[in-house]
Amino acid sequence: MSTRDEPISRRALLKLAGAAAIAQAVRLKADATGDAITLAPSEAGTLDAVCARLIPTDENGPGAREAQAWRYIDRALGGFLAPSRQTYATGLADLDRRAMEMRGLPFAALQSADQDAVLHAIEATPFFALLRTHTIQGTFCDPFYGGNANFVGWDLLGYPGVRTIVTADEQKMGITLKPNHKSAYDYAMFHKASDR
Amino acid sequence: MATRLKDTDVVIIGLGAVGGVAALPVAQAGIDIVALEAGTWLSKQDFAPDELRNNYRDWPQAVQKAQHEIPTQRVLGQTIRANSHPMMNAVGGTALHYWAQSWRLNPWDFKVVSETTKRYGAARLPKGSTVEDWPFGLEELEKYYDRVEREIGVSGQAGNIRGKIDPRGNIFEGARSREFPMPPLRGTGFTEMMASAATSLGWHPFPGPAAVNSRTYDGRSACMYHGFCNKGGCHVDAKNSPLVTTIPKAQKTGRLKVVTRAHVTTIGVDAKGRASGVNYVTDGVEYFQPAKVVLLATYTYENTRTLLLSKSRAFPNGLSNNHGQVGRHYFSHNQTAGMTALFPKNVNNWYGLPAQGIAVDNWADDNFDHAGLDFIGGGTLWVYSDRRPIAAASMDTFRKAPSWGSAWKKFVMENADRTNTAYLQKTTLPFEDNYLDLDPAVKDPLGNPVCRINATYRENDFKIAAFIQDKMEQWYRAAGAIEIQRGPMSPVHGLSTHAYGGTRMGDNRETNVVDRWGFSHEVPNLGILGASVMGTSGARNPTLTAQALAWRTAEYLAQNWKSVAG
Repeated sequence: MSTRDEPISRRALLKLAGAAAIAQAVRLKADATGDAITLAPSEAGTLDAVCARLIPTDENGPGAREAQAWRYIDRALGGFLAPSRQTYATGLADLDRRAMEMRGLPFAALQSADQDAVLHAIEATPFFALLRTHTIQGTFCDPFYGGNANFVGWDLLGYPGVRTIVTADEQKMGITLKPNHKSAYDYAMFHKASDR
Repeated sequence: MATRLKDTDVVIIGLGAVGGVAALPVAQAGIDIVALEAGTWLSKQDFAPDELRNNYRDWPQAVQKAQHEIPTQRVLGQTIRANSHPMMNAVGGTALHYWAQSWRLNPWDFKVVSETTKRYGAARLPKGSTVEDWPFGLEELEKYYDRVEREIGVSGQAGNIRGKIDPRGNIFEGARSREFPMPPLRGTGFTEMMASAATSLGWHPFPGPAAVNSRTYDGRSACMYHGFCNKGGCHVDAKNSPLVTTIPKAQKTGRLKVVTRAHVTTIGVDAKGRASGVNYVTDGVEYFQPAKVVLLATYTYENTRTLLLSKSRAFPNGLSNNHGQVGRHYFSHNQTAGMTALFPKNVNNWYGLPAQGIAVDNWADDNFDHAGLDFIGGGTLWVYSDRRPIAAASMDTFRKAPSWGSAWKKFVMENADRTNTAYLQKTTLPFEDNYLDLDPAVKDPLGNPVCRINATYRENDFKIAAFIQDKMEQWYRAAGAIEIQRGPMSPVHGLSTHAYGGTRMGDNRETNVVDRWGFSHEVPNLGILGASVMGTSGARNPTLTAQALAWRTAEYLAQNWKSVAG
């Protein structure tokens, strides 16, 4: 972007005013991401909005937003995924820039269809592949890592959960197992891994 | 200057799947051993059922010595390097988290050259292949297979006991002297469905052999089938790595001293050209462990690298390499070109383990007539019950849905438990210009070059892959699959857990590094253990064969101590 040092135009001012008007709504949404520990609050809000489009909340039930996939990514970017921190900083800023160009609003404030259009535009990039991989990890991982909140990811798939003993009957076809809502680390027998 | 440690009888480099097995017969013979292991002691408490950590973060190998020594791969003039090493450093080695399929090779695998020549003519041997018959047949190895199966504990169903065929087992296997020590792992709804489908095709399905307890064995628990065996260690010690089997037994003799976090660099050589001991580093401090006999038991890549790095006046091109054979006859099992099927109903694969499966051996080795075909060898078909949530959600959508959004979500919700991926292991042969050497540019943190893989698959490998995928598709379709996804065949010998050669075994010292007992032709007090001595792969997992060979080498050492130790 080369506009940073140019005098601000009337059109841009109007856009900013529009953005301010919707900022309240964005802040409300961002409350969900208020406890970010690695990402800046605005980054966390954008990331949550992306996750919510990749695995949407819809007529088929909760998605990555309810799973708090963003929270898994936020924690991991301060740990195992730290080498990707800069890619996220650049990539999330780019999404907001694209959203501003399109509607004069940050990504999180766009309508779903517009958010999808922005995501389609970056679908072939390595950053999108990272987002998709990490959103899946954050939605379907052990809740120990900050995602898959309330086991919504495992329930979505029909995964009956972590068990330490599985019987022959539980390996038959045509049965439905009661989901076991436990983290691996709820079993006292295991040493804990790093949760980042 | 390295600190010179107290003399010992035998040094074992690497206390993993083969070193950990070889320690037992040597220790039981009253011979003192110092085992140098790069990793540490782990226990069942370290193996939480945690998919993210095991399968996506590569714990614990991502934080270990091996991670800094990932071999490079030279492909069409380019050098590439994988992000992670497939093997882990620990007492017990990669056998802590391997799939534990514990196959014996079939009789044909020992005699590829003579059997092919006899049945089809020498012209059918692939051009440029350096394959040789083994210096002995399956009959020679049988008693060592039998011994290791009992020492560590292997479950399975025999198909051939002293020539008597039992159709519940593999009718193509060589004769066993007796049944497995444990019955096979149990079937599942899915594996029973697949077995019926194979039978309907006139094939011979059977439960595969596994170094996993199907019942309490030797005081250890039976398998819990909990679904985290794939790159995960066992939480109840039902997976029979040397950590819980042969190593504790060897320790009880008082003859085995285990040194962990020992980063071995080179093998020393004395003025007579014999191995004198081992140099290693721990936390930056250098040590020299003198010994009368050295057993090199790292892994295929490290076995070759350690020899090539151990240069001396007697061996200017690396230890035991005066015939230029170290690194030669390398190949990694062709396990690319997999196959995934989509079924119209849930198959309940959420639990189980990769060793809990059904095999078909009709299309492996020379178990079928190749007269009208243009390749030799074949593949084993293997299906099993194993699924975890992140991998399930990462499924292929069979061109039926986009890769994200509501339509993707709907597809995954419906199909997460409807897929199955087959494991197709194929005959792979060594070729003249497929080999390992040292990378000219990439070094480990100590400044030593890493191993480099120079190897591509050949016509024979590609033809087997196409043939075996057709058979697998036939099997899946017979079981009711509605979609099939064929994995591509990579031309590159991958960085693999099934890596063979580099220190091949054979009577001819011009073409082999070790003799029929596993001792170096050039350095008689240096034994080499692992699949690096194997000249053929067969179409099945290598570990049990490598362990049987290791036991045989160790027993030979114990019985011929004076002549080997000098």
